[in-house]
Amino acid sequence: MADKNEILAGLAEIVEEETGLEADEVQLEKSFTEDLDIDSISMMTIVVNAEEKFDVKIPDEEVKNLSTVGDAVNYIANAQG
Amino acid sequence: MLRRSSSLSTLPKPLRKATPAVSAPEHPALAQPAIVPGTAVLGLGVHRPDVIVDNDQICQWIDSSDEWIRKRTGIVTRHRARPEVSVVDMAEAAGREALADAGIEASQLGAVLVSTVTHPYQTPSAAAAVTDRLGASPAPAFDMSAACAGYCYGIAQADALVRSGLAEYVLVIGVEKLSDFIDNHERSMSFLLGDGAGAVVVGPTETPGISPSILGSNGQKWDAVSMNQSLLPLRDALEHARRSGDVAALLDAEATLWPTLRQDGQTVFRWAVWEMAKVAQEAIEAAGITAEDLTAFVPHQANIRIIDELAKQLKLPEHVLIGRDIVEAGNTSAASIPLALHRLRAEHPEISGGLALQIGFGAGLVYGAQVIRIP
Repeated sequence: MADKNEILAGLAEIVEEETGLEADEVQLEKSFTEDLDIDSISMMTIVVNAEEKFDVKIPDEEVKNLSTVGDAVNYIANAQG
Repeated sequence: MLRRSSSLSTLPKPLRKATPAVSAPEHPALAQPAIVPGTAVLGLGVHRPDVIVDNDQICQWIDSSDEWIRKRTGIVTRHRARPEVSVVDMAEAAGREALADAGIEASQLGAVLVSTVTHPYQTPSAAAAVTDRLGASPAPAFDMSAACAGYCYGIAQADALVRSGLAEYVLVIGVEKLSDFIDNHERSMSFLLGDGAGAVVVGPTETPGISPSILGSNGQKWDAVSMNQSLLPLRDALEHARRSGDVAALLDAEATLWPTLRQDGQTVFRWAVWEMAKVAQEAIEAAGITAEDLTAFVPHQANIRIIDELAKQLKLPEHVLIGRDIVEAGNTSAASIPLALHRLRAEHPEISGGLALQIGFGAGLVYGAQVIRIP
């Protein structure tokens, strides 16, 4: 179990590894596509790595609803709960 | 030979007692040929259509750029067949080259299998026409519909046919004219697709050269890669127009669109990498080898990022060459693995005799993988 700050930090590491973006650019209000320029395939890689890191399941149909980093953090926090 | 010691009327009982080891002797045992122990891929041939479509041409139809397409897919060009060139034409060309490479005459073929989803006839098969053109009649011939896994399904089938004694040599052809089933303005997959054919001859050998195949399907994701509709709404709309005279309605109706391919890229990507990595690993283990023993990895050429991520998940050693024909040929479905293997062998002739892990995956969803000795 991780709190939301830990989830954000872990997610930022995953995003950095996949895209090369600095981890501190990965902030809650940032949109994956608009602000971070993450395409659908990179998004899926991030999702699979997040599933492994946080021990949660994020079904394909849910991925489309995760438009901001905050959406992903909340989803993971709830899924862990 | 049993001795008949009593009258015919009493024959059945003593007969049963006299032959306890044979069950139900009322019917004769059937002849079955001995299992052939070893099979291998003996020759490889391809056909690459001569129309080359680059990304700038693609960008006439979709709002994109050469850079975007290269970065997102790895594709620089794709080959597409001219309108007058058919699936059968391409299959024949690849088949001829494979026979020559194997040093096998068409008359020695015991079966011809064509894997394709773009032969534009429900029936008869492309395989029957190809068999006749090659001079291999009356070899049994049939088409297989396993999309991008079609070539690996074909290898599994050929391996089984040879080992069961049904055929001595089998020609397996993966061929697609995907350009007949795309909508150039569609963004999910049309721009990825190319045309082409690849063929191999499978036959008996002393040293086994084809590992047990790992085949499977997941019909729960039937629509993850699929035609946007069947042909039936188009038939009905044309029939309605013919009867009513309302030809203008044809231009507006969704139903009158020619069926073309679509995919849910995210779903396919996740499945193609993380699920297929498990299947590829299973194929390596079933072959009785480790990744260290591989010379080449030739996955279906769907997207360079799937290829690279799959290789990463499999933790392949650095010496393993990876098929990346997609850069030049695009995604050619059932033809992509033999095309990619052919390019690798042309660029690195020394890989002949080495081991290649090949895995096909696609619409169905279906998948197939095996390790082969490179001809």
